[in-house]
Amino acid sequence: MTGMVVGKYRPERQRLLTRAVAKDGLLRRYDWFLVLVTCLLTGAGTVLVWAATEPSLRQAGQDPHTYLKKQLLNAAIGVALMFATASLDYRRYRAWSPLVYGLALLLLLAVMTPLGTSVNGAKAWIALPGGFQVEPSEFAKLALILAGAALLSRRPRVEGQRPGRPGIMAVVRAGLASAPLMGLVALEPALGVTMVLVFTLVGMIVVSGLRLRWILGLGALAAAVVYAAVTLHLMKGYQVSRMTAFLHPQQDLSGAGYNLIQAKTAVGSGGMLGVGLFQGTFTGNNFVPSQQTDFIFTVAGEEAGFAGAAVIIGLLTVLIIRALRIAAVTDDLFGMLVASGIACWFIFQTFVNVGMTIGLMPITGLPLPFVSYGGSAIFADMIAVGLLQAVRRHHSVFD
Amino acid sequence: MIPVSRRRLAVLYVIVIAMIATLGGRLWYLQVMNGTQFKTLAAQNQTRTIVVPAVRGQILDDTGQALVANKTTLVVSVDMMQLSQQKDGGAAELERLSTLLGLSDNLVKAKTTLCTKGVKPPCWSGSPYQPIPVDEQVSDKAALQILEQPKVYPGITAQVQPVVEYPMPDGANPAQVLGYLQPITPEEIKARHLVVTGFSGVDLVGQAGLEGQYDAQLRGQPGTQTVAVNAAGDVTGTVSTAPAQTGDDLVTSISSKVQAVAQNALDTAIKKARGAGNSVNQGAAIVETTDGRIVAMASYPDYDPNVWTNGISQQEFTSLFGAKNGAPVLNYDAQGQYPPGSTFKLVSTAGAVANGYDLHGQYNCPANYSIAGRNYNNDGEPDQGPISFAEALIQSCDTVYYEIGYQMWQKDHANDGSKPTASAPVQPMMQQALDWGFGKPTGIDLPAESAGSVPTRQWLYYLWKDNAYQGQDWCKNGKEHGSYVQQIEFQDCTAGWVWEPGQAAIAAIGQGYVTVTPLQLANAYVALANGGTLYSPRIGQALVSPAGQVAQRINPPVIGHVPASSGTLAYIRGALAGVVTQGTAAGAFKGFPDNQVCVAGKTGTAQSFGKNSTSVFASFAPCKNPQYVVVVMLPNSGYGADAAAPAVRQIYDGIYGLEKQKPALPGGKPPASLPAAGR
Repeated sequence: MTGMVVGKYRPERQRLLTRAVAKDGLLRRYDWFLVLVTCLLTGAGTVLVWAATEPSLRQAGQDPHTYLKKQLLNAAIGVALMFATASLDYRRYRAWSPLVYGLALLLLLAVMTPLGTSVNGAKAWIALPGGFQVEPSEFAKLALILAGAALLSRRPRVEGQRPGRPGIMAVVRAGLASAPLMGLVALEPALGVTMVLVFTLVGMIVVSGLRLRWILGLGALAAAVVYAAVTLHLMKGYQVSRMTAFLHPQQDLSGAGYNLIQAKTAVGSGGMLGVGLFQGTFTGNNFVPSQQTDFIFTVAGEEAGFAGAAVIIGLLTVLIIRALRIAAVTDDLFGMLVASGIACWFIFQTFVNVGMTIGLMPITGLPLPFVSYGGSAIFADMIAVGLLQAVRRHHSVFD
Repeated sequence: MIPVSRRRLAVLYVIVIAMIATLGGRLWYLQVMNGTQFKTLAAQNQTRTIVVPAVRGQILDDTGQALVANKTTLVVSVDMMQLSQQKDGGAAELERLSTLLGLSDNLVKAKTTLCTKGVKPPCWSGSPYQPIPVDEQVSDKAALQILEQPKVYPGITAQVQPVVEYPMPDGANPAQVLGYLQPITPEEIKARHLVVTGFSGVDLVGQAGLEGQYDAQLRGQPGTQTVAVNAAGDVTGTVSTAPAQTGDDLVTSISSKVQAVAQNALDTAIKKARGAGNSVNQGAAIVETTDGRIVAMASYPDYDPNVWTNGISQQEFTSLFGAKNGAPVLNYDAQGQYPPGSTFKLVSTAGAVANGYDLHGQYNCPANYSIAGRNYNNDGEPDQGPISFAEALIQSCDTVYYEIGYQMWQKDHANDGSKPTASAPVQPMMQQALDWGFGKPTGIDLPAESAGSVPTRQWLYYLWKDNAYQGQDWCKNGKEHGSYVQQIEFQDCTAGWVWEPGQAAIAAIGQGYVTVTPLQLANAYVALANGGTLYSPRIGQALVSPAGQVAQRINPPVIGHVPASSGTLAYIRGALAGVVTQGTAAGAFKGFPDNQVCVAGKTGTAQSFGKNSTSVFASFAPCKNPQYVVVVMLPNSGYGADAAAPAVRQIYDGIYGLEKQKPALPGGKPPASLPAAGR
């Protein structure tokens, strides 16, 4: 019923709606559901950042909307980046992956130089003019996913091998490529981000189709290394205690244990429906450290209660499932690896971030995707959603 | 897409769902199942409860003038521990503070310097960890400036703090009656279930005197202020307040003017007695109404009660409690125990009549009376022949009472058992003493009171038991043929529990084992004066709430009636009037305008071994329808007529405005109604 009309010798100009829903039309070019979920998450996060910072800024006699304004700007730039990323053919990213990888590596190295600034003991930022800061480790996640996917999806040169499944050498190459990223991030030290990188790479290797025996072998090797690190005291005592502090927070009330107890108290005190946005006295009075960044979830927990926290987690879950779905319907290995790498990244980061506020995971410096305050994090998250869109669009175009 | 990837993606799905389920379950557990517990925890974390001290009630005299005034002032304190962490060690902050308070820089610096070797006062003698008060008279405005700018004045606080003042109206300083406040001990906090405020100026409790007796009513109820704090501990707002309740005021029956008169009379008498070569170093003067209210209670030596405020030094403490200075902290009116001497003849006369002697009979008053080969003389007076009880009281004839004492002993002697026992019956004369309120505390509203001593057989038994083979160890130290003291100790060892005839004789004139507190003596004379009612005296008249409502009236409880008929009492009262006009006190009261106010009284001169006599005068006035009893006791001061009687005269002069004095109690009556109290 669309298309040609009998009796006319030239195609009638298609109506706007028709064009929009056509293949590669505006409406079908993007996964609008994913856009909606992303925007809802970012919007909720922005409100939480506002709620987290407004009371103490007001008390201090400063502009109570400082963080709100900055985060709105971050979100706007992020959405633009998402659409920009989504609008390109994703196969270009495969070609660009060495470039992205090199850039991320350079930025991480720059952190080591006097350009880098440290916050809370981690030298993870590069100061830019105008008070802006860049956190290269956020972009390292993107670089790892793109480079890893590219290396793992290289066609084997040897004839007769089944196409698609990477050999052990591809895995070794991917590992070697990732190692500098992980190492530099670990040196900052940003243990949480390192863990995300490792988890993401492992996830990508697993779904890449590597033979099970290799996976089991690599797993055994990793276990042996970890065991050796602990028993041979390669890990320093304080590092071990930091990793295990969440199991017995009362023993370390001045450090990580304090954070954990305060965070748990804030979340727990929210109850079913929370105390109401901007009403959270516990987070509002700075009882929880870094409550607009790494501990943003405590604000959701206190002010919006179980209901609000469930909404945040639910939106993240929908987004991650959507990413897995995109991975599942993509016939191209590179696209599948990018999508599942992003899913691994988001699920792991969500689990660690939320887990650390409720006593399930050790406290590490990780933002909650889309929700925590921070430009670099939002940009990286948005670009990741843009990549998902691009992968999906490619699939839809040729479906 | 290869099949193995598809399968593994399915595994990833499962992992994602598992992780999300874990988070959700944990959240449900924390927020929904344990939400209440965490809410409580969060609330505790965010609030601090500050105990607001209650202003202590005042102690007022009978006209409403404050004897103890409790105020609150704004005190600015400096926490040097916190201040020293500033860049320049807090010098700039102290300068700002001194400018704000209008004090010199050097003074503030000096006040916050610790008193170490070579540092001259003013310096801080307390703990360096304690906030150091630098100004105790701060204006509200300055205090607000400090409180509202914690960044400008770090470590500096302004706090409402109660301060105790002793205005001493008309010069009245009944320091021992008022008592004092001292920091509470942990044991006391526990025992009395008090709220700990944590600030030194608040956790004071009355430790003696009226402050101790009425502490529960005076102290009020501390309030609480619950404030919200942020993580840094800065106060962000007030959550709730329960205001402190000011304590009740205690209106006493003490007349400041009479008190001052009594103090002066004591001072004068003691100065005079010392001038006459006596070693007197303590004394007591009491004015009590004939219905049991204390009008004045002076104890010599006294002290400045301000020593208790802001901490007492070791030196001050020693001087207050040490015997060297006469232990001025003691209230000798209630805690001093002295032989009453002839003032005790009140009891002996009433006791004789109660035991069958004729009130209107004649009794021999020889120069000497011999009991068991020992001579007891009448203070060097010649034989007077047979005289009446009235004459015996007026002249204070001892031999009349020796005989009565001895004769009553003879009748009662059979009651002495052959073995020491605590259950032998009380001698009739000693029963009289007990019935007149001696030998046990009067129950006055003061926490510390002595019982005096009445040598009943039980009392003698316990004295012997405590000292025969322990205590003074009579049986070890005594010698049958040793020195005088050793001989007595020997006798005490073998028969110390026996009521000896000699003791019976000298007990009848208020000597020997008989001791009384000035308060007991005054109380007995109150009973004499009012027709026989024995009261437990009271200093407090009423507790008045801060709003001015009388919370509790305090009336002297009746604790007994003396075993004497009104006729006997009237006879004795008449005789005591004669003491002043023609008897032993006539000299002391020579020229006293007895046409204006008739005073009746009894002198007492109690000799004790190795010391000057205790000088006593117990009196009441007016002779008809008596209003007041005045008792002065001065140990180591000589004759009652010489030291105590003139002091009593001076007190009556002050009360009634005689002999060119202004009347302290116009019309000779205490104020008819309670003064207006409260605030």
